[in-house]
Amino acid sequence: MSYQPISFYQTGTFTVGNRLLAPDERSVQAQVKRYNSLNSGHRACQGCGEALGARYAIDAAMEAAHGQLIAANATGCLEVFSTPYPETSWQIPWVHSLFGNAAAVATGIAAALKVKGKHDVRVVAQGGDGGTTDIGFGCLSGMFERNDDVLYICYDNGGYMNTGIQRSSATPPAARTATTMAVGAEPGNPFGQGKFVPAIAMAHDIPYVATATVADLRDLEAKVLRAMEIRGARYIHILVPCPLGWGTASGDTIKMARLAKETGFFPVFEAEQGVVTGVLPIRKKLPVEEFLRPQKRYAHLFGKQPKVDVIAKLQALADRNIRKYGLLGEEH
Amino acid sequence: MEKPFAITLDPGSSLANRTGSWRTYRPEYLDRLPPCNAACPAGENIQAWLFNAESGDYEKAWRSLTVNNPLPATMGRVCYHPCEGACNRQHLDASVGINSVERFLGDEAIKRGWKFVKPEKQSGKRVLVVGAGPAGLSAAYQLALLGHAVSIYEAGPAAGGMMRFGIPKYRLPRDVLDSEIARIVDLGVELRLNTHVDDLKQAMAEGRFDACFLGVGAHIAKRAYIPAGDANRVLDAVSVLRSMEGAHEEEMKPLLGRRVVVYGGGNTAIDVARTAKRLGAEESIIVYRRTREKMPAHDFEVEEALQEGVMMKWLSTIKEAGEGELTVEKMALDENGFPQPTGEYETVAADSLVLALGQDADLSLLGKVAGLVIDQGVVQVDAAMMTGCPGVFAGGDMAGNDRTVTVAVGHGKKAARAIDAWLRGGKYEASPKPEMATFERLNTWYYSDAPKTVRPVLDIIRRQSTFEEVLGGLDETNAQFEARRCLSCGNCFECDNCYGVCPDNAVIKLGPGKRFVFNYDYCKGCGVCVAECPCGAIRMVPEEN
Ligand SMILES: Cc1cc2nc3c(=O)[nH]c(=O)nc-3n(C[C@H](O)[C@H](O)[C@H](O)COP(=O)(O)OP(=O)(O)OC[C@H]3O[C@@H](n4cnc5c(N)ncnc54)[C@H](O)[C@@H]3O)c2cc1C
Ligand SMILES: Cc1ncc(C[n+]2csc(CCOP(=O)(O)OP(=O)(O)O)c2C)c(N)n1
Ligand code: SF4
Ligand SMILES: [Mg+2]
Repeated sequence: MSYQPISFYQTGTFTVGNRLLAPDERSVQAQVKRYNSLNSGHRACQGCGEALGARYAIDAAMEAAHGQLIAANATGCLEVFSTPYPETSWQIPWVHSLFGNAAAVATGIAAALKVKGKHDVRVVAQGGDGGTTDIGFGCLSGMFERNDDVLYICYDNGGYMNTGIQRSSATPPAARTATTMAVGAEPGNPFGQGKFVPAIAMAHDIPYVATATVADLRDLEAKVLRAMEIRGARYIHILVPCPLGWGTASGDTIKMARLAKETGFFPVFEAEQGVVTGVLPIRKKLPVEEFLRPQKRYAHLFGKQPKVDVIAKLQALADRNIRKYGLLGEEH
Repeated sequence: MEKPFAITLDPGSSLANRTGSWRTYRPEYLDRLPPCNAACPAGENIQAWLFNAESGDYEKAWRSLTVNNPLPATMGRVCYHPCEGACNRQHLDASVGINSVERFLGDEAIKRGWKFVKPEKQSGKRVLVVGAGPAGLSAAYQLALLGHAVSIYEAGPAAGGMMRFGIPKYRLPRDVLDSEIARIVDLGVELRLNTHVDDLKQAMAEGRFDACFLGVGAHIAKRAYIPAGDANRVLDAVSVLRSMEGAHEEEMKPLLGRRVVVYGGGNTAIDVARTAKRLGAEESIIVYRRTREKMPAHDFEVEEALQEGVMMKWLSTIKEAGEGELTVEKMALDENGFPQPTGEYETVAADSLVLALGQDADLSLLGKVAGLVIDQGVVQVDAAMMTGCPGVFAGGDMAGNDRTVTVAVGHGKKAARAIDAWLRGGKYEASPKPEMATFERLNTWYYSDAPKTVRPVLDIIRRQSTFEEVLGGLDETNAQFEARRCLSCGNCFECDNCYGVCPDNAVIKLGPGKRFVFNYDYCKGCGVCVAECPCGAIRMVPEEN
C-alpha cells in the first residue's frame, strides 16, 4: 500500500472524503475546487468506469504537476466520448494521437519540453487496453526501454469497447465479446497464455509500475501522486468496468471493480524498478463467481447447468494472482 | 481572429451537451429513519447526536440529545437500550454502544455544568404535573421549555420516583440523579415534595391549573397468597428497595437476614436479590416459576446477578412459608410452554421471603375525575396521551404495560407537546415517519472495522459488598471512538462519496455542514452514487416522462 491508511475515522480511508479528516488528509477528489480535468457533458455511457477513472487519475496528476500537464490520448472511448469536434471535455492541454501511437506522441511532447527547458510541464499518455496492450504496445515498450519522461495510464475495460466490444489481449478468458461469441466447445474468449502488461512493464525495470481500480480511490490517487514524484517512464494500469461491454447495471460499476479486486481476479499492487513494493490486500476474500455472475458477458457460464469447470479455471487464475502477489496481506 | 496553424475553430466546451436529458431515473437525497431512532421509546434522534459527538462537539451532542430526553446521565445507566438491539452495526460486528455514549454525554454535562436554556417567552398557562418520576419530570421539562408555568406535586420526600426508590444505587448513583433533576428544576419548575394529591379535581381547581399531566407510576406491590407462619418474614420488593433509600445499610441487614429468597422473575426481583447480597446475605435465591429464557428480566441482568453469587431456582413455585424455611413445588413446562405443577416438593431454608411479583398503580386520586377509563389498572389514553377527561393527560407506568424509565420519558415528552397544542386550542399530530434505513440500504464496504468498546466493570468483591456503581463509563477517547462506530444510517455524514464517484461530475459539494446537491443538467441517472452511498441517503426515482 502506497499510502498511510487512516486507522479509524468511521470510514477510515475507504470513502472519498470524510468530514472528520483534516483537509490535507482528504483525497484530491474530495476538494470542492478540484480540477475536473474531464468535465461534465462528455458522452460516455451511464456509469462509465473509464470516464471516472480518467478524472480520478488526471486530476491527481494535475494536483501533482500544479496544473502543468499535457496529455496525449489514444483513439478509443475516452477520446471519442470526450471530444466530439468542436466540443471538448478536457480542461487540460490534450492531444489526440492515433489508436496505436499515444506513447510515441507523448515521448515527442516530453522531448520538445526538454528542448524548450520547460521542466515544470509534465506529460501523460493515456489509452484503452486495446490501444495499449495490442496496437500501441510497440510504442509503449519503446517508451519504457528509453525511459522517456512520461506517465502512461492504461484504462483497462477488457476489450475494444468503442468499436462495439471486440476482444483485446486484455479481455479475460471465457468472456463473451463480439469476436469471441459464447458458442462452440470453448465459448467466449479462449484461455490463452494471458498478457498482463503491468508485468511486462515491470520486466523493463522502469522506475514505477502500478495497478489500480476505480473502487479504491485513495490507492489510485496515491499511485498517481507517487508516479508523478518520479522522472522517467512510469506505467499505471487501471481497471475500469464498462457497463456496456460487461453487461452490468450502470450503478454497479464501482461494485464490479471492487469484486474484481476482492476475488483476486485483478491484482492491485505497485512496483519500483521491477520489484513489487506493495499490494492492496483483499479485505474480505470472495469466490470469483461473485465477480462473474453479475456480468452478461459471463452469462453462458451460469445457464441451467453452470459451467463449473470453466468457473474453476477462472478461480484458479484468481488464486494464482493471490499467491503470486500475496494479496491476502500479512494477517492471513 | 488569428488562429494557430491548422486551427479553424475555437474549442467548444462539452458543457454545451446537457447529458441530463438521457436520464430515465433520477437520484434524490433523503433522510431515512435510522433503526435506533425508530426503536427509542423516548424518541431520541440518536444518529443526530452521535453525529455531533463524532466530531467531538459534545455540548452540541448533549443539546441535541436533550431535545427529547432531559436525563441522559440517568438513561445512560438504566435504559435497557432497545436502540442497540435495532442498530444496523450488529450485522457487521456489534451494535454501537449508544447507551455508553449517552452516559458519557450526560456525565460530561454534569462535569461541565451545562444548563438548559430558558424559553424567552412565557405562555401564561399553568400546568400541574402529579408525580416526579421520569414521566412527570420529562413532561415538566418539556412544558417549561414551551413557556408554561409548571408545578410538580410529589408525594414522596424526594423527586425521581422509581429511579430513586426502586433502582438501586449500584446501578444509578444518586448524585447523578440529583444533578439531572436539579437542572430541570432550575428551568423554573416548581417542585412541591411531600405533597400527595388525593383529589385531582380539587388540586387543579385550587392551583388554577389549565391542564395536568399524571405520572403517578405503579407502586402497590402485587401479592400472591402464600400461607405463612407468624415467625416468617414476608416482605414486598418495592418496600424493601424503597427503604434502602436514605436508610443506613446496617439497619437493613437484620430485616432480610442471612438467607433471603426472592419470588419473581423480573428486574425488580434481580435488584432485590443483588441488594440482599450486598447487605451481607450468605444466600440470595431467586425462585421463579418458569425458565431462565422466559424470565422478564434482561439476560445481562440475570448474568450480572449470577456473577455476584445470586442463585436461581427456575421452574419452582412457593407453596408455604414456614419457620425458617419455605416449601417449594417443582414445575414442568407443558407442550405450550406453560409451567404446570408436578406434585414434587422440596424445602428451602430462608430467613425472609421477598415478593417481587409486579406492581399496580394507585389511582385513588382520580376518583372524581369524569370520563376517565381504566382498564385492568391501566389508565387509557389516546394517541396524544390524553385521558378520557379533556385536559388531563397521563403517562409512564400508570398508562401502559411497557414499564421502563425510557417509555416514561417518551410519554412525558409526547404528552407535553400534546398539552401545548391543547392549550393553544389545537390537536397534536406527530410528524410522519420517513422510510426506514434498513441494513440492505447501506453499503457497508466503506466502514472501517472497529470492535465495540467494552465498559469497565467493578471488581467482583466490591460488587458483593458495596453499593458502588457496577458499570463504569467511557472516557473521552473511547466515547468518541464509540460514537464514530455509528454508520449514520439513512443520514448523510458528508463522506464525499457521491461527489467523488459520479462519472459526470454532476454532484455539487456545498461545503462543510451543507451537504450536496445534484446537477441535473448533467446527471445521466447511472445510479453509481446510490450504490456507493455508505449510509443509504440517496434513492433513485423514475423520471416523470
Ligand atoms: C426495582 C426497579 C428497578 C427498575 N429498573 C429499571 C431500569 O433499570 N430501567 C428502566 O428503564 N426501568 C426500570 N424500572 C422501571 C421504571 O423505574 C419505571 O418504569 C419508571 O420509573 C416509571 O416512571 P413513572 O414516572 O411512570 O413512575 P414512577 O417512577 O413510579 O414515579 C411516580 C411518582 O409519582 C409519585 N406519586 C404517586 N402517586 C402520587 C400522588 N397521588 N400524588 C403525588 N405524587 C404521587 C410517586 O411518589 C413517584 O415519585 C425499574 C423499576 C423497579 C421497581
Ligand atoms: C489503426 C486503427 N485501427 C482501428 C481503429 C478503430 N478503433 C477505434 S477505437 C477502437 C477500440 C478501442 O479499444 P480500447 O483501446 O480498448 O479503448 P476502449 O474504447 O475500450 O476504451 C478501434 C478498434 C482505429 N481508430 N485505428
Ligand atoms: S462503451 Fe464502455 S468504456 Fe465506452 S463509454 Fe460506454 S461504458 Fe464507457
Ligand atoms: Mg478497452
